[in-house]
Amino acid sequence: MATSNKSNQWLIGLLAWAVAFILFFPILWMFVTSFKTEVAAVATPPQLFFTPTLENYIDVQARASYFNYAWNSVIVSVGATVFALLLAVPAAYAMAFFPSKRTKGTLLWMLSTKMLPPVGVLVPIYILGRDTGLLDTRIGLIIIYTLINLPIVVWMIYSFFKEVPKEILEADRMDGATTYQEVVHVLLPLALPGIASTALLSIILSWNEAFWSLNLTTFDAAPLTAFIASFSSPQGLFWAKLSAASTMAIAPILIFGWISQKQLVRGLTFGAVK
Amino acid sequence: MRSFRLARGVATFLVGAMLVQLLHACGPQSQSAEKTQLTIATVNNGDMVVMQDLSRNFEADNPDIDLRWVVLEENILRQRTTTDVASQGGQFDVLTIGAYEAPIWAKRGWLKPLDQLPAEYDVDDLITPIRQGLSQDGTLYALPFYGESSMLYYRRDLFEEAGITVPENPTYEQVEQWASQVNDPSSGVYGMCLRGKPGWGENMAFLTTLVNTNGGQWFDMDWQPQLNTPEWENAVNYYVNILNEYGPPGASSNGFNENLALFSTGKCGMWIDATVAAGLLANPEVSEVSEKVGFAPAPVASYPNGSNWLWTWALAIPQTSRSPEAAQKFITWATSKEYIQLVADQSGWVSVPPGTRTSTYQNPEYQAVAPFASTVLTSIEAADIESPAASPTPYKGVQYVDIPEFQAIGTQVGQRMAAALAGQDSVEQALRRSQAVAERFMRHTGYIE
Repeated sequence: MATSNKSNQWLIGLLAWAVAFILFFPILWMFVTSFKTEVAAVATPPQLFFTPTLENYIDVQARASYFNYAWNSVIVSVGATVFALLLAVPAAYAMAFFPSKRTKGTLLWMLSTKMLPPVGVLVPIYILGRDTGLLDTRIGLIIIYTLINLPIVVWMIYSFFKEVPKEILEADRMDGATTYQEVVHVLLPLALPGIASTALLSIILSWNEAFWSLNLTTFDAAPLTAFIASFSSPQGLFWAKLSAASTMAIAPILIFGWISQKQLVRGLTFGAVK
Repeated sequence: MRSFRLARGVATFLVGAMLVQLLHACGPQSQSAEKTQLTIATVNNGDMVVMQDLSRNFEADNPDIDLRWVVLEENILRQRTTTDVASQGGQFDVLTIGAYEAPIWAKRGWLKPLDQLPAEYDVDDLITPIRQGLSQDGTLYALPFYGESSMLYYRRDLFEEAGITVPENPTYEQVEQWASQVNDPSSGVYGMCLRGKPGWGENMAFLTTLVNTNGGQWFDMDWQPQLNTPEWENAVNYYVNILNEYGPPGASSNGFNENLALFSTGKCGMWIDATVAAGLLANPEVSEVSEKVGFAPAPVASYPNGSNWLWTWALAIPQTSRSPEAAQKFITWATSKEYIQLVADQSGWVSVPPGTRTSTYQNPEYQAVAPFASTVLTSIEAADIESPAASPTPYKGVQYVDIPEFQAIGTQVGQRMAAALAGQDSVEQALRRSQAVAERFMRHTGYIE
């Protein structure tokens, strides 16, 4: 019995590694390709052993200023996350602790806004951006990202707030805490792991968003997605340079995700183990 | 808990830094605002990258102009610039557009007419079909940066071995014969490589030329789709057969880049595609067959018209540009004879943007390094966008139809053709479905009842 248990564990472990490898493989391959020459990058059969070169990274840096794009990505994704949290915390508080009979419906309606294909509202949003002068500005992109991430952020914070026992908040109120004190000193510290993982998810979603960032920015506010898009080409070989650009674009968020993976995993599985 | 504190530290730093940035953005504008800023939207390909690099010379000569580059992949660029121009967003001062967009956008009044060009620009030096492609009612709306047609590439060494001499004007019948002779999959050489990847600018670009030369066309004079005609059936049968018999495996996912990689690594006996590949195939740095590649005009079947396509990437100024004078200054510089000379001085004549000016092809230095020059020029000059098919057409364009709906129709038909090539559909069925798609689009957009 014991041996079969052990071999089962082995098998599950092996399976987990295999699945993780399959999921990670495209990123690994991109990373490897970024050190190949353009001709080696498209060679059939694919080359596993080759002399690595940093040429692509040098070319990419020479053609576009990576740091401007990266800085825009950081500002826009952090900014949008801060705004989304500022709006979502009060909304989730009201829905979690003072639900009305329409709360469930409101939550579902919020989520349903995510089902609209973004291209359907591209022209109206573009015209709004033009008339308000927000095209190609970071603040314009922050507003859009805040709005598109808001449903998910509200949903997640709502479910974390639901986990907090009502009695604790009631005890506060008995002690004479105002609503503000109750939220800031009691509720937020209790739900902090959840809020942190929500913030992380929101940053990652904003970082990866490519439709609006490509369509609403030109030069000043262009984030890393625009940086990547400038290295794909219909005529001529481009895979190695594109891989180098992509590696540079995902590196910050990959490192960030790696540092914070404990919070992320905890937050994402929080509701599932109820 | 420690990593949590770290995360909090990082978050505080980022929010702080962001606030500083936002405050900075609200403050007085920096020095560069006094200069005229030109925002240039362009596509990522070799010639454009060179232009971006050399534009430092332009900025040095025009210290009051500051160039801001937006480089995007072709499809994203098209979507991005169309959105901006159609909704008068005013984000760009110079647009890179193709021969397909130029007349459509000009008709809608989205582009500034370029009828006030300086005499030294020598507008008559532009190759006629290219100039026609960028004009609407005789007025030029975009200046060509590079131009291309299509031609036949073949492996001279393999052809010599098989005892084949390529005549001045090869036919598709001969091409099929040659494909069978040089096809040798066991040593990794396929007789014929062609585009198979679906898309109006991918497989349909080549297929449309094949249909044209077989006597077919997209629409008759009443805008009735003609895809269920014997001409289309002949052309598509030929295409599917030759690729299935002598083509590389998985041909239905090969586009220009994939075929370029195949040919330049010696895996294709022949390839019919854009003339712009000639410079790449003849360049030993990126091609293993640079010494062995032969060039010939695109083959013909029964009609010479429309057997080779015409495309150009050109620079245009949208009506919404805030600095049209500076923009015109830039686009005349980037498409001038001086610019071509500048590229030649910097990186050699073989690297100059091809297909725009007659003077380039008359230059003995260019002729010396570009063995393909005369074939390219003849191909471009032979392309007739006004009458691309055997019978009169209501549209302009050799490998496209100059109506906005064509992108969608072409791409959907392209998918059906790829399905036929991959064997998921018979040719007959694919064409029947394509005809239905085209009819539906044309009915919905009011071209036909």
